[in-house]
This record gives sequence, structure tokens and C-alpha cells, in this order.
Amino acid sequence: MAKVLMKGNEALAESCLRAGCRFFSGYPITPQTEILEYLCWRMDEVGGDCVQTESELAGVNMLLGAAAGGMRALTTTAGPGFSLKQEGISYLCGSDLPAVIVDVQRIGCALGDIFMGQGDYWQLTRGGGHGDYRTIVLAPESVQESVDLAYGAFDLAEKYRHPVLIATDATIGQMIEPVELPPMIEHDVDTYDWALKPREEGEPQRAIWNRYWDWEDGGRKYPAYCLEKYNKMEAEEQRWECVQTEDAEIVMVAYGTSARVAKSAIAIARKEGIKLGLLRPITLWPFPQKAFDELEAGGKVKAILDVERNILGQMKDDIVLATGNRIPVEFYGEYWDNMNEFKIVEYVKEMLGRY
Amino acid sequence: MIEIICSGIGGQGVLVAGMVLADIAMEDGKNVSWYPSYGFEMRGGAANCEVKIGDEDLQSPYCYEPDILLTMSESAIDTFEERLKPGGVLLVNSSLVSPDRKYRDDIKVIKVPATDIANELNNHRGTNIIMLGALAGASDIYDVDHVRAGMNHYFDKKGKNNPKNVAAFDAGAQAAIEQL
Repeated sequence: MAKVLMKGNEALAESCLRAGCRFFSGYPITPQTEILEYLCWRMDEVGGDCVQTESELAGVNMLLGAAAGGMRALTTTAGPGFSLKQEGISYLCGSDLPAVIVDVQRIGCALGDIFMGQGDYWQLTRGGGHGDYRTIVLAPESVQESVDLAYGAFDLAEKYRHPVLIATDATIGQMIEPVELPPMIEHDVDTYDWALKPREEGEPQRAIWNRYWDWEDGGRKYPAYCLEKYNKMEAEEQRWECVQTEDAEIVMVAYGTSARVAKSAIAIARKEGIKLGLLRPITLWPFPQKAFDELEAGGKVKAILDVERNILGQMKDDIVLATGNRIPVEFYGEYWDNMNEFKIVEYVKEMLGRY
Repeated sequence: MIEIICSGIGGQGVLVAGMVLADIAMEDGKNVSWYPSYGFEMRGGAANCEVKIGDEDLQSPYCYEPDILLTMSESAIDTFEERLKPGGVLLVNSSLVSPDRKYRDDIKVIKVPATDIANELNNHRGTNIIMLGALAGASDIYDVDHVRAGMNHYFDKKGKNNPKNVAAFDAGAQAAIEQL
């Protein structure tokens, strides 16, 4: 199929439709609003429903209802709106419901600002809802990867009966790149037995509720079930990309737009003979532990540089956990300004003096 | 790799000028990214887009050392002139910029009275197309005929090609070529 120029937000929305998503409920917020705007007209064309809800809370709870009925359902938001989705995400996890939730990240706490940012790593990977849960978090770095990951996200969600989060950012959402779109598929709402449907006479009542109520033993085996599910995700779903890490003395760890700027930094550094590489997590959870194990086994890395568009270096926690404090980890962040490959290289040069 | 920043005032069509260049690049089979300013921008406020074009993977979408800077307002020059690569091309809409303004001496400055030309052509909304023509005329990266054809193709695809576009484009290209 020929490539078309599409904005990241719109391409992601189109990809979800093509994956068989026929229900969207959400609330406008910059820099995510184009998804809602696009689906307002496009969902009609494919016979689905797009609801602009009165709030993010309503958006995520309608999503839960649609998912309970077996639909492929989507909600999208950014920054403050993602906070409001958290309760619903906990409920989706507690109810074993597959759905896709997109956070087009911006910057800062509270209202923060509408600018490009990677402000939500902790909330994406740790969850802001109550209870024990994890969610797979997919982090694309381009418009094409937004399309590819969104297209597969519904399969992934259904594989585990679990919500999947997609973490893009303002730059990826707002930028336009050539993209190849996948074929349109229709999803049958009766694909799965667990989905609610009209009850025939004599059939037992179906309910989607806290999953441990489904166990006849009162849920004693529920913790083991949960552990098995999350362990399986960690074993099977780690995704990452390594760029010139084979001989790298400094390895950057970055995702999304920051990873793209990090790649530009590699090009500059390598011309100057600096052995710089990049480990790009594509799943923020499960964090790509296997990649870090390989990196450490290679024995070349002197130090790791976490590159993120936020103040505190939120991903650094996971890098330290993944490397067991055996490799020094530093953080390079930007807040108001766009990530800059020239500044990264300057920082890397300073780092090389320390290790 | 080529980096281009198109900057001006919201409503002048700088984002469209950048989109035409992005579309030409895609149709040529090149990699391209187009990144706009967004959010607070509005008619009358600052607007810009950063376009990267290349055969290789483009990586960062941000343009820190543009080869070409297409400006349509004085404030756009204030913001972006210092970023321009030495030897780069600065396109100025001289209708809206003081004739006494001083520019860096290590860049090529092409002054096109685009707003005045648009008025002469009775095509007030064609200022961006005039500047696009000037870009094609001034830059040795671009061929005027190729960009004109690409522009027509872009608007034809959208189903609304203003027949006045070609005259505006050619006037801009001519004005730039005369200064080379």
C-alpha cells in the first residue's frame, strides 16, 4: 500500500479503527484532541460509535462498558486527563477487561503545560489506580510505529484479558510523517466467551465484576492467577531496540521522541569517535530486562545515560533496578526546551571524563 | 539531509508551505518529518513548522541547524535567524520587514515583497505560495519546475487547487532568481 502523510494522532486513530475498534469514548485535551476530532467523523464511516464524554472519568468508564460487551474499545487522553483515567484502569484490571488507553504525554504536574513532555512515566508504569496491577505500556517513537503498535495492541489486550496502554508524546502526536496503514479488519463482539451478551432463557446470569468473585473457593486462588498473568507478560512481552550498543562505552536509554533525538546524538558522537549507543525500550512495562542483561554481559558499558523530557528522570528507577546498581546511571533531562542532540553529546563528553 | 523551517504569523499559510515541501519529498520517495508549533498558536500569533527531508533515517524531528529558513514576518526572523546554518538561505517577506534591518553576513538573504506581490496579483491568500516559489527559485536544492508540479499535485490531491497558485508561485520564483 502506498504511503500517505498523516499526523501521528490521526494515524494512530485510523490504525485502531483498522484493528476493528468500533467504540471510542473520550474528552478533548491538548495534545491529544486530534484523535477525538478524527474519530468524530471517521467512526461514522465504519459503523462505530464515538462519544465525546463529559469528562475523562466518563470516558474510561464507558470504555469499560464497551469492553465488557466484547467490543474493541479505545480511549485517549493526555497529562491531567490521564490522572482521571486511573480509577477506570484499576477497574479494567480488576475485571480482566481488554481495552486500549492512549496517553499523548505532555509536561508537568497539575495543569502542567501543553508542551511536549514525557511527564507520565511513573504513572504509566506504576499505575495511579488502587490495588495490585500492572499494564503493558507500548511506547512508539514515530508515526509509523504508533500505527503498528496500536494495530497490535488490541490483540495483546485480548491475549491477556487486560488493558494495554500506549504512551506517545506531543511531538509524535503532532508531527506528520509518511505512513503505511494496515488492512481494515472487523472484530466480532462474540469472539470471547467471557463477554456479556443477551441471555437466553435458562442460561446462567453473566457478570463482569471483580474477577476473584468468579472463583468458587471465594478467590483463594486469585493471587496465583494474577501472578501467573503478570509473570507471563514479563516473560513474553519485553520489546526493545538496540542501536550501536555492541561496542558502546556510554549507552543512552530513551523512549519515544527522546530516543529519536538520542539516535541523532549517536550520529554526531560516532563521527567524533565517541562510542555511544542507545537502548530504546518499546515496552515501558514490562521493562526490557533481557536487553539490559545482554548489555551487561557484553562488558563494554562504562555508564548509562537516561535521556528523558522531564525534571526527575522518572525512568532512571527502572534502569537502576534492571542493572542492579552494577553500572552507574546518570540522567539528562530537558523541560521547557526540546531535546537537543548537540547538548546530549556535550553531556556524554563530560560523562566520559568521569568513568 | 535538508532541514527547513517555515515561520510567520498564524493565517499566512506557513504550515501549508511546509506541508507542500513534505508532500513533494514523500512523492520523491524520501523520508520526511513535519513538526508544527501547536497549542496556543492562532491567527495573528506566531506559527512555524520544522521540516526534515532525507534519504537516510531522519531521527530527531527538530531542526536546530536549518539549511533554509522561510520567514513571512519580522518576528519569525528574530526567532530563527541565529539557527540558520552558515551559507544557508533566509527568505524574507520584505513587505513586512524594515528595509534597514541588518542580517547575518554568513548567510544568503533573499528579499521578496510577497505581501505586495499578492496584492498586485489580487490573491491575498497566496503570500505563502509566493514565498514557496521564492524558496524554489533561491535554493539550489530545489528545481522550480519540480516544486511547481509538486505544489499542483498536493492541492489537486486535496481537491482544491486555486488556479491563481501558479501565477503566485512563478512571481515568487522570479523575484528570488533575480537576486541570485
